[in-house]
Amino acid sequence: MRAADTVQFSWRVLRGSRTRTLLILLAMGIGVAAVVAVSSIGEGARLYVVNQFGSLGTNLVSVLPGRSETAGAMPGVLLGRTPRELTLDDALSLKRSTAIRLLAPLIVGAGDVRAGARRRETTVLGSTAELMAIRRMEMTQGRFLPAGDPRHSQPVCVIGAKVAAELFGARPALGEWLRIGERRFRIIGILASQGESLGFNTDDIVIVPLAAAQALFNTEALFRILVEAKSREQIAQAKADIETILRERHEGERDVTVITLDAVLATFDRILRALTLAVGGLAAISLAVSGILIMNVMLIAVTQRRAEIGLLKALGATAAQIRLAFFTEAVLLALGGAVLGLAAGKFAQWAIGQIYPSIPFTPPWWAVIAAPLTAIATSVVFTVLPARRAARLDPVRSLSKR
Amino acid sequence: MIRLSGIERVYHVGTDEVHALRGVTLEIGSGEYVSIMGPSGSGKSTLLNIIGLLDRPNTGRYELDDRDVTGLEDDELARLRREKIGFVFQFFHLVPRLTAGQNIELPMVLAGIEPPERSKRLRRLLAEYGLEDRAHHRPAELSGGQCQRVAIARAMAMGPALILADEPTGNLDRHTGQEVLAVLERVHTGGGTLAVVTHDPEIGERSGRRLRMVDGAIVSDSRD
Repeated sequence: MRAADTVQFSWRVLRGSRTRTLLILLAMGIGVAAVVAVSSIGEGARLYVVNQFGSLGTNLVSVLPGRSETAGAMPGVLLGRTPRELTLDDALSLKRSTAIRLLAPLIVGAGDVRAGARRRETTVLGSTAELMAIRRMEMTQGRFLPAGDPRHSQPVCVIGAKVAAELFGARPALGEWLRIGERRFRIIGILASQGESLGFNTDDIVIVPLAAAQALFNTEALFRILVEAKSREQIAQAKADIETILRERHEGERDVTVITLDAVLATFDRILRALTLAVGGLAAISLAVSGILIMNVMLIAVTQRRAEIGLLKALGATAAQIRLAFFTEAVLLALGGAVLGLAAGKFAQWAIGQIYPSIPFTPPWWAVIAAPLTAIATSVVFTVLPARRAARLDPVRSLSKR
Repeated sequence: MIRLSGIERVYHVGTDEVHALRGVTLEIGSGEYVSIMGPSGSGKSTLLNIIGLLDRPNTGRYELDDRDVTGLEDDELARLRREKIGFVFQFFHLVPRLTAGQNIELPMVLAGIEPPERSKRLRRLLAEYGLEDRAHHRPAELSGGQCQRVAIARAMAMGPALILADEPTGNLDRHTGQEVLAVLERVHTGGGTLAVVTHDPEIGERSGRRLRMVDGAIVSDSRD
């Protein structure tokens, strides 16, 4: 029998019993669609996290006060003592390292911000001019904090888009005065809207010079030091330099934690990949279930088409040809289901993407390949039994009953 | 052409043994027209199935065209059925989802014959059996006589030397039955071997050789 004829024969069988065919296609399609949709959610989450880190710059190294021996524990909490503070001098001393391009000390606090009669509580960041480059910030109006000696400060500030909108509405905010606590700052710039970026919503912050923040919050202690390595390859060198320099300054004690974003990113990447694989695998179970459905339907078909199978044998069909006819039918069903499922999965991914536009939902390449392959493999595996049963039918008995 | 010797066929029904054929020895020459008659359960169909290689005897020897086919593999039997034997059944056994033309084409499809050759043969068969205007109809849209003509055309598609018909008129009215029989007999006049199992004594009269079976044995064998 020619291959084209085998396919055509099975195609006519499928067309001949439309309801049955449609139901199997539906089951197969749902299975494939589930794998594609679910894994694209997982992959979307992974890409979201990766992009978030990417927007910070993957060459970023954070220096935190206190030493954490195990990831996840708060520095100092385990030992029950307050870590030594990180100071501006600590930060400036890091400039000795050749692996470091930029660094920005950071103080974070909550401030009561007022403009005229309006007021709101918002996050106040104290830092230096370098922060803009390190955090990849952009301005819509004005400029960022002026460069200069971080120990001295001018009474200026940069505000986020949301803060500007809420305090000034449609009025121009640039050049206006803002009161934070008991201090006054002139607004010299407004940040472009960047949205959420790892916990900080840059739309909803006010950035003031470091020295001003020190005075405002009455502290010398830095929240952290953000460091940008000269290149990806120099991240390790930068980390080593930071640890050496700060240990020297802290009487030989290693009492800071240096986190490279690169390592964090790799960890997140691994975890989310595994998660995606796991949920994709769960969805694949529904494919196995539709395989059982195929087996069921095929077994019924063997009974229903007994006379036809007997006839084919009388006409000279070999056992192999009968088996092949059933397998072809199963593969056609699986292919049809896979195409339907891929389309439906893509549509579902698009639909979820419309609801959460910030997350880049996309099915991972392995899901797009594995889902149809699983569909085909399961339908072939589950057709082995019905096909063998059909091929073994005794033609005399199959033909004797009408 | 066909040489059976000492053929026994035993079925097991529950714990009982049913002797469908008891020591059948028979020779059918090329081009003969044989009718096989006898009461229900006398083993007529079993004999036909064994001749048609659909069933195997428990003991005995079967030679088809001077070749011992008793112990052949299933696939080899399938190949012989395809090339040498055409079947016509009481209930037509047409595939309901296929058109008349596609049904006739089926043996050629199974044999892997290329489409151009297939359609050439199909046109000839449709013309020969007066089915040209029915080629695109499905069996459900055909009369019983037309269905059986399609079945005969299908049996002839591979140009077999032997046609086996099991009660070919059993499901047709008398008039249609005679028409169909006339079509079937053309096989014989064309030089082929024809064996027909039937209840109808009239058909028996028309054949050149009459076998009568009782209880799995041939009790009479008469020729004109």
